[in-house]
Amino acid sequence: MSMKTVFERTTGLTEKPTHYCPGCTHGLIHRLVGEVLEEMDILEDTIGVAAVGCSVLSYEYFNCDMTQAAHGRAPAVATGIKRVLPNRFIFTYQGDGDLASIGISEIIHAAARGEKITVIFVNNAIYGMTGGQMAPTSLIGQKTATTPDGRNASVQGLPIRVSEMLATLDGSAYIERVSTHDVPHILKAKKAIRKAFETQKQGLGLSLVEVLSTCPTNWGLDPHESLDWVRDAMIPVYPLGVYKNEAGGN
Amino acid sequence: MGKVLMKGNEVLAEAAVHADCRYYFGYPITPQSELVAYMARRLPEVGGLFLQAESEIAAINMVYGAASTGVRVMTSSSSPGFSLKQEGISYLVGSELPAVIVNIVRGGPGLGNIQPAQSDYFQVTKGGGHGDYHIPVLAPSTLQEIVDLTMDAFDIADKYRSPVIIMGDGMLGQMMEPVEFKEKVESKQFDKSWATTGTRGDGGPKIITSLELDADSLEKRNTLLQKKFAEMKEQEVRYETYCTEDADYIIVAYGTVARIAMNAINKARETGLKIGLIRPISLWPFPEKPFEETRKRVKGYISVEMSAGQMIEDVRLAVNGHAPVDFYGRTGGVVPTQEEIYEKIITVAGGLKYEHENGI
Repeated sequence: MSMKTVFERTTGLTEKPTHYCPGCTHGLIHRLVGEVLEEMDILEDTIGVAAVGCSVLSYEYFNCDMTQAAHGRAPAVATGIKRVLPNRFIFTYQGDGDLASIGISEIIHAAARGEKITVIFVNNAIYGMTGGQMAPTSLIGQKTATTPDGRNASVQGLPIRVSEMLATLDGSAYIERVSTHDVPHILKAKKAIRKAFETQKQGLGLSLVEVLSTCPTNWGLDPHESLDWVRDAMIPVYPLGVYKNEAGGN
Repeated sequence: MGKVLMKGNEVLAEAAVHADCRYYFGYPITPQSELVAYMARRLPEVGGLFLQAESEIAAINMVYGAASTGVRVMTSSSSPGFSLKQEGISYLVGSELPAVIVNIVRGGPGLGNIQPAQSDYFQVTKGGGHGDYHIPVLAPSTLQEIVDLTMDAFDIADKYRSPVIIMGDGMLGQMMEPVEFKEKVESKQFDKSWATTGTRGDGGPKIITSLELDADSLEKRNTLLQKKFAEMKEQEVRYETYCTEDADYIIVAYGTVARIAMNAINKARETGLKIGLIRPISLWPFPEKPFEETRKRVKGYISVEMSAGQMIEDVRLAVNGHAPVDFYGRTGGVVPTQEEIYEKIITVAGGLKYEHENGI
């Protein structure tokens, strides 16, 4: 009896096992990016920029040339690469501590300049690598290592909605917020990532996909509860959808 | 090609273009803004790219990105802006990326002022960022030397896969002198197979990173870096001496201060005092040899600086207790005059006592 292959490891990723915690969605977001690079047949022409945080070792997982950037500076590093190599595909892979806090200046100005790069922005509303501290994206009331009584708006301020903010800049060309809490949304996330790289191919400006993600370890939830928390707590604060689409179409 | 009259900051920019630097990322700050403006106009003419960054932090990280592709790239700044670049400079060292970084030093600390100073000596020579590292630092004292050292700086950066710093003071950036740009005879070829430019045609993925989570691995990486620094100490020492053969006292000065000191030395020699000069050109690696050659026979050294006394620590290490080391410096953007240095010489060498209200 012959077996039909219905699923294969993408060539967009190396065979190195990831270090991510059980229930963390970094691994599957990596796979979505890897699959898109493979399907577009651009792996050999792609240079990724790894950020600081849980995804710092992403340079060991993506099967393309990779450069590791200082905390928050990935969009500036990507700018330097893209300006030298305008015909290559450049992407950054950044978490919310990296992009929305220490690197907010770099992402805003990269978007304002209309840098033709793709940003995979993984938002799990917390600092993972350093041990579960508050991020600019942490929700009001969310308990973290640095907000033990829950984030209080009058003390720690309010969450930043990165996609909405960057969409106001004329240099951004494609911005979509997606989620990873169930299979239909994961498939939608992949389409958004594909669209982002297509936007880069067309040279329209900065493309960014904000991917709502989990952190079971630092949220103190099991993997299943974490997916529910994305759906029930995060999405109401971070509505899914396309915020900018200069290319048009779906 | 004949001589042209140019401003120091512009000379440095043009020299970089002559060294095949085609990428510049920077942020305006006085007193080196002419360099930024020159690059903005000049680089597109030669098919290069100038980009004004939103901050010095972004600029040095754009340099990091461009350097990772293997091209020649430069940024420049002045003291407060140079401080902001320290994070990126440490990463450049850690990831072994070549780049040239210019610091046209102004008065500090803090916002200080925009007058000439040499008060960033510690920062550039001792590793201003985090981690165990050194960077070659070149300190020109004339505009022609800016041309020569800038051209060399890119070669040194490529040879060692390391950032190289050119340190000038605000006076050097602002003054005008005739200079000659010699056409490069032949570009040296450097291995760039490490550059992350995409894997098409060159095998498996390449990675540029300074991260080593395992302690033993990071120690090994540090050992390799230290070997590189040791090689730099062997190969990249530069200095000039003036009238040291018969000198009783030797002034140690670099950059524009060395030029002023030379005039004071000439005046002192007219009165019969045997004074010489050691001018470090590479501030790191610091030239120890001219001190080893003179320290047993001279009566003393005088370190003259536009700082409260920074290079003097390296002078003392090089002299190693064999002779007294005196100091004269001005701070805050005040430039020591020929007369002041002459008086200092008289005080030390002539046995006379002068009062200097403003001297340190």
